[in-house]
Amino acid sequence: MSNDNRSDGTDGAKRGGIIGAGVPRIDGPDKLSGRANYAADNLPPNLSYAYGVFSTVASGTVSRLSVEEARQMPGVVDVFHHGHFPTLYRSPSSFAQGNKVEETRLPFEDERVYYEGQFVALVVADTFDNARAAARRVKVDYSAESAIANLEQGVQAHGTKKGSGNHARGDAAANFDGAAHTIDVTYRTPVETHNPMEMHASTAWWDDDHLTIFDASQGVVVARNALSKIFAMPPERITVHAPYIGSGFGSKLWTWPHAIATAAVSRELGRPVQLVVPRPQMFTTTGHRPETRQRLRLATDASGKLVSLRHESINTTSFTDQYVETCGSVTKSLYSCPNLTVSHETTRVNRGTPTSMRAPGAAPGLFALESAVDEMADAAGVDPLQFRLDNYAERDESQDLEFSSNHIVEATNRAAEKFGWANRNPEVGSMKDGREIVGYGMAACNWEAMKMACDARVSIRADGTAFASCATQDIGTGTYTIVAQTVSDVTGIPIDRVTVKLGDSSYPDGPVSGGSWATATTLPAIAKAARAALDEMKRYATGDNGAFADSEADALEVADGGLRSADGTQTSFADILKAARYGSADGEAHTDAADSEYSYRSFGAHFVEVRWDPGISRLRVARVFSAIDVGRVINETTARNQVEGAVVMGIGMGLFEATEYDERNARPVNNNYAEYLVPVHADQPEIDVILLDYPDTKFNEYGARGIGEIGITGLAAAVANAVHHATGKRIRELPITLDKLMEDVPQARSA
Amino acid sequence: MRHFDYARADGTRAAIQAHGSDDEAAGYQTGGAAYLAGGTTLLDLVKLDVMQPDKIVDINGVALDEIERLDDGRLRIGAMVTNTALARDERVTADYAVLSQALLAGASTQLRNKATTGGNVMQRVRCPYFRDGVSDCNKREPGSGCAAIGGVNRSVHAVLGTSESCIATHPSDMCVAMAAIGATVEVEGPDGKREIDFAEFHLLPGDTPEQEHALKPGELITHVVLDAPMQNARSSYLKLRDRQSYQFALASSAVIVTLDGNTIRKARVALGGVGTKPWRAPEVEAALEGKQASEALFADVAKRAFDNATAYAHNAYKIPLGQQAIVRNLVDLTQSVDPTAA
Repeated sequence: MSNDNRSDGTDGAKRGGIIGAGVPRIDGPDKLSGRANYAADNLPPNLSYAYGVFSTVASGTVSRLSVEEARQMPGVVDVFHHGHFPTLYRSPSSFAQGNKVEETRLPFEDERVYYEGQFVALVVADTFDNARAAARRVKVDYSAESAIANLEQGVQAHGTKKGSGNHARGDAAANFDGAAHTIDVTYRTPVETHNPMEMHASTAWWDDDHLTIFDASQGVVVARNALSKIFAMPPERITVHAPYIGSGFGSKLWTWPHAIATAAVSRELGRPVQLVVPRPQMFTTTGHRPETRQRLRLATDASGKLVSLRHESINTTSFTDQYVETCGSVTKSLYSCPNLTVSHETTRVNRGTPTSMRAPGAAPGLFALESAVDEMADAAGVDPLQFRLDNYAERDESQDLEFSSNHIVEATNRAAEKFGWANRNPEVGSMKDGREIVGYGMAACNWEAMKMACDARVSIRADGTAFASCATQDIGTGTYTIVAQTVSDVTGIPIDRVTVKLGDSSYPDGPVSGGSWATATTLPAIAKAARAALDEMKRYATGDNGAFADSEADALEVADGGLRSADGTQTSFADILKAARYGSADGEAHTDAADSEYSYRSFGAHFVEVRWDPGISRLRVARVFSAIDVGRVINETTARNQVEGAVVMGIGMGLFEATEYDERNARPVNNNYAEYLVPVHADQPEIDVILLDYPDTKFNEYGARGIGEIGITGLAAAVANAVHHATGKRIRELPITLDKLMEDVPQARSA
Repeated sequence: MRHFDYARADGTRAAIQAHGSDDEAAGYQTGGAAYLAGGTTLLDLVKLDVMQPDKIVDINGVALDEIERLDDGRLRIGAMVTNTALARDERVTADYAVLSQALLAGASTQLRNKATTGGNVMQRVRCPYFRDGVSDCNKREPGSGCAAIGGVNRSVHAVLGTSESCIATHPSDMCVAMAAIGATVEVEGPDGKREIDFAEFHLLPGDTPEQEHALKPGELITHVVLDAPMQNARSSYLKLRDRQSYQFALASSAVIVTLDGNTIRKARVALGGVGTKPWRAPEVEAALEGKQASEALFADVAKRAFDNATAYAHNAYKIPLGQQAIVRNLVDLTQSVDPTAA
């Protein structure tokens, strides 16, 4: 992995030594030693265990539920179901109010079954094994109805419903007809399941009408607010903890039925309850990236300039909620095109409610768009790299705004040069190496930069340490570490003397860890709170009996873990606090969501080499070179890790990942780690990531735009484009498996 | 997990006694006793509630972990020898490269460290309709039907040896190599010891897919004895799959050849990932022996292995893929191309 590519970003921003440094994760030792406690690691006294009974049909009603045998099983405390469950209330599920849930239907609300793997009963017992054994003795009879198993069945059965995020400018239809070059192509992407290592889990208990829940959550504040609505009680009486989660990729953004059920039955039973969602139900009841069908119609003039672009997307959603996969979100602004239409529609199928999965919308959307752009370049007779350089937008034409900072041309050119794009022989199948045919492909990547409102608290303490807290989370990305870097940057206190606490809803309200906005949202609030703490420190120092009683606060500067006056007198924070008999100097701060003066986006490009061995039908990704423009890089190590991980996930999207449903009954078939394929180490190519590192100070004082998602966008298209270059086959349906590339596959003789 | 009795045996006889012989009458699925070796199949399926034994006899204390060379040149492998130990054994790497490669192509390091030789022979199918505990499955519930036919059947379903009752592939890589090498399974049961030809050990599904092997109730595999190695043989295992590790074969070949110049004198070919049992291909072997090695010959003979293949909705590609596994393996073995390149 190369690490010598950082530009000297000098957009006028300050550049402390610790910001940008590859500081090791401060939570690493806790994770490696097992001290880090995840939701299911909490074992309060008198804990009981819940295990679900899950629907084995995808549509219908529970006609009879026999729990007597289960109740007789060893250790069973109670068996809950729609006829025996406390009354709860739905959350309004408002993003703006901060109480969003994805599946609005409450667990055990009624006897209806909307998807296979839906909770239909819940057994609570003294041990996990007893709960599971008893759950299997619950007999459920269903009145099954015919299930809608996939997108095509849904469209055929009941058509589509208009979604959100639509956009139109100019007249795309009129400018398509009669254009010099046109393409009209349809792409399909399958359901993908997040499959974080840590399964969803909740441990809940009640003390004096206060609910405490450790939940595998990417958003403790929103979870608290949603539970507040669901249990009709003040948010102050609920604390949601998620100090560590074993990745989420979006599946843990919002509260799912199991967490609600855990809290509810804990209250009913008057004892702590823990529930771990089994791996098969991670494929059913905790969200997924939905199936999409996307039609792309592009047209250029004779010179290869886009004159018309239409991106029409349909995605599957559940019968209980409308989830829109905004596949055209990037299409609106990546390329300059005066006549452009983006539309989103949904169709209902018998699956659980979908949810955001890493780069929602953009990941499937850019597979389609960036494949189509290659097809368009081909039709126009232009090199796909040159086509993009010719057509990249210079301003956000969808919002009629300037980009705050956009270096996509440099990113594309630098990655191309390092990759060796100039060596590409454009003729399909022409680049051979022994038995393998080499293919080169590229694609742009893109992600909106977002910043939410945030509160934070920082204390500088009498023992010379600093303490920062914010109710955001570290979902494995490095948030603990970059918060510590920020505190250190502002106060000068060394990072090993900074304690960071996240993942507790009782801390100042912080953002959901999603959308790649945690960095841009949290760091300015932390910095502002740290400065407020320093201001407090200066007031203490200049007060009566203060260390700088004769000085003005404004005359003091921060230096070497203390304050220094104009005459060079230096006193440590610890001594200042000691003199004033204060335990700490505290600062709290609030920072606002991003303004709308600019279009804030991150940019980049992927270059991929695939190798196809037709003699054994083996396709592999050999090299990925990516250049990413995400504003300032706060932590070289964790940032690079995010892009590399996203690239690997993108390879999985391109070659392997698909949740397969039986079209006869809508049941997910490959619902485990052995059969749901993601890349393993042996599949990982040489990955070279260039981080451009141009601070975007129009966006926030640190100039950081966030980096968790952009790396997966466009990657599957770059793979598909490389596959086309190698094989001549344009695969428009993910994943690109070997059987789709083979010649002479016979017809099936049976089903 | 359901409750079951647990017994730990310190010897073969004790294990057989503890196990008893009245199990498996109900199709090996519910009730009865099961031997526990590495547990990589059994414990998974018990946790999934697919296997529901009343009793588990743990044989990890039974001393069956030796590999010995017999006087007649055969290699006798104790049933409790782990996949890792067997793959790394010098006699195996020297004389049976195909077996070592097949073992290392299977599962993951952690699983290979636990999985045993006898347990691998007894490995059960990966068909999701068998493992889900709900779908129609004649193997799990005789007479209920086969949900894989007409369902999702791309990866772990066969094109050879299938029936209207079951189309699941036998998942083992090790067994494919053993099928090519030739072997004898030594078993011991309530009625004493006997030997089963490896080729006869695994059963085709026919209309009794719940009958997977030739063991009688209570019998325990004690050893697998490999045939003596062919003199001057070259052998190799080639496994084709979607990802490069930790996936069951979509198609694989175990090939052993001896050459006289460019003439193939002897050939042994077995296939994995395409058959309902470890699939020896004698018609391919016969068509190779005595012929001049050439890619054209290989392509021609590979077709014969699939003359009677049945393709299902999603796995027709296994017919050409299986042929590719044969051809490439033969090309590499006969043309001195670096076999690790594949």
